[in-house]
Amino acid sequence: MATLFAKVETVLGMEVHAELLTQSKMFCGCSTQFGAPPNSQCCPVCLGLPGSLPVPNRAAVEHVLRTALALNCRINWRSIFHRKNYFYPDLPKAYQISQYDVPIGVDGYLDVRLDGEVKRIRIRRVHLEEDTGKLFHIEAATSFVDYNRSGVPLMEVVSEPDIYSAEEARAYLRALRLVLVWIGASDGKMEQGSLRCEPNISIRPAGTTELGTKVELKNLNSFQSVYQGVAYEVERQTQALARGEELVQETRRWDEERLITAPMRTKEYAHDYRYFPEPDLVPLEFDAPWIERLRAGLPELPEARYARYVRDYGLSEYEASLLIERDQPQVSDFFDAALRAYGGDPKRVSNWMQSDFLRLFNAAGEDWPAVKVRPEHLAAMLKLQDKGQISGKIAKEVFEVMWTTGKPPEQIVQERGLQVIGTEEDLAPIIDQVLAQHPAVVESIRKGEEGKFNFLVGQVMRATRGKADPGLVNRMLRERIAG
Amino acid sequence: MPRLSIEEVEHVAWLARLRLSEAEKQRLTGDLNTILAHFERLQQLDTTGVEGTSHAVPMSNRYRDDEPRPSLPREEFLREAPDARDAFFVVPRIVET
Ligand SMILES: [Zn+2]
Repeated sequence: MATLFAKVETVLGMEVHAELLTQSKMFCGCSTQFGAPPNSQCCPVCLGLPGSLPVPNRAAVEHVLRTALALNCRINWRSIFHRKNYFYPDLPKAYQISQYDVPIGVDGYLDVRLDGEVKRIRIRRVHLEEDTGKLFHIEAATSFVDYNRSGVPLMEVVSEPDIYSAEEARAYLRALRLVLVWIGASDGKMEQGSLRCEPNISIRPAGTTELGTKVELKNLNSFQSVYQGVAYEVERQTQALARGEELVQETRRWDEERLITAPMRTKEYAHDYRYFPEPDLVPLEFDAPWIERLRAGLPELPEARYARYVRDYGLSEYEASLLIERDQPQVSDFFDAALRAYGGDPKRVSNWMQSDFLRLFNAAGEDWPAVKVRPEHLAAMLKLQDKGQISGKIAKEVFEVMWTTGKPPEQIVQERGLQVIGTEEDLAPIIDQVLAQHPAVVESIRKGEEGKFNFLVGQVMRATRGKADPGLVNRMLRERIAG
Repeated sequence: MPRLSIEEVEHVAWLARLRLSEAEKQRLTGDLNTILAHFERLQQLDTTGVEGTSHAVPMSNRYRDDEPRPSLPREEFLREAPDARDAFFVVPRIVET
């Protein structure tokens, strides 16, 4: 039996929910601050009290529009809210305001990088809804409810079943998360639940096109659990099929401790939501000027930046990833600005970013607002080095001072006396002294022990605290040894 | 010509968490079928080229600015809840995970 299903294909679609970065909730003015005392951010609207009326938050609508544009979606010029009816105490109204057949964005795609290849994953829809309250199951017979999260603007991004492995699922989520963080729609905090991912997974015999039985996976709170959970589920389904078992359509929960998935007990008729147009909310209507204004406000997106760095600047994919794959687009903005001001070899700027900038940035906890060094200053420093006014070793020292003080490199060099000792006149006494101290070394170099020459260069550098022009030191030493 | 069976009425009542007596089920099945029959009549109207209507008022794009406003004091609404403890609403436990 095992061989019959030896070759199977995994097919995944992903549903990603992101709480939108707004100050106030979707339909009322309650704060969205995370971590506030239970039920301290509630009002008649988000508690579903009779007579209250929702009014949409423009910023939340614009976040979804911007996301839809960033994901290359078509915008529905007219979009409406629907009621999704269900009885569960996480929503006090007994319905969730969501979108149904006319979501804000449809038919987009996201390009995802994996092992040096770019894979296009189609996006089915991007829609706007409200988040639910939080239930705490502390006691056997009762649950405790906190409605602070009830009514927080929530966006859902649904992909087509274009994902074929746990690696691709993780890469897709990473790429999507980065876009959402860069455009400011989401803080991307999976561990706080502000970004949540629910893959649906099915397997089928290789070469067939019909989708198998779908299993939805919940409780994936990190990239690692997305990867592990999907990989586990693929293996479980493959083995079940190999044993000739029938798979059931169900929702399973990833158990982070035991590293398995287990079925969740779900309500009967759970999917009979009886959607109907939300009568309390009038339609959303978008026009070209509004959409174009939002499009113009989008930053350059990670994938476009990747393409530019690799194609135009000749960076390796790995080098590009170190600059781009960060929650702070400001890091690669900095690189771009420094390169513009420098005008030289992009690799040289990238090397400085990777070795010195990112080392200090990471050590400082990736705190962007605390960064003092300016891109123009990095460019100016590189120019000083190119002109031979500071040595490579001194450049490192200058960079560290620029990092901690934000001063321009010229000023640092001036204040600390770090200029290269570039005249023969200044260097001569130091070189003569070094030669006088090491007569045996000089002698062996004259006898052909070329390897010892660098020792003398090192001694001169040490005596000048790295400020000597290395080319000049070389020439002067040679002249004197040949003497 | 009944469109809706009594079982369907029972299902809809269950979805809405309504407990109906046998007499009520009978009466509602009749009422609902009358309503459906009426809509069936309306559907005979030729609506070719007429766009669907989701809302009765000719209005769109009503928004608020993203500005937080004070919420209600917790005591005020927890007091109205069927059950509450400390800072929480308390509800019967429904679904396990
Ligand atoms: Zn509220």
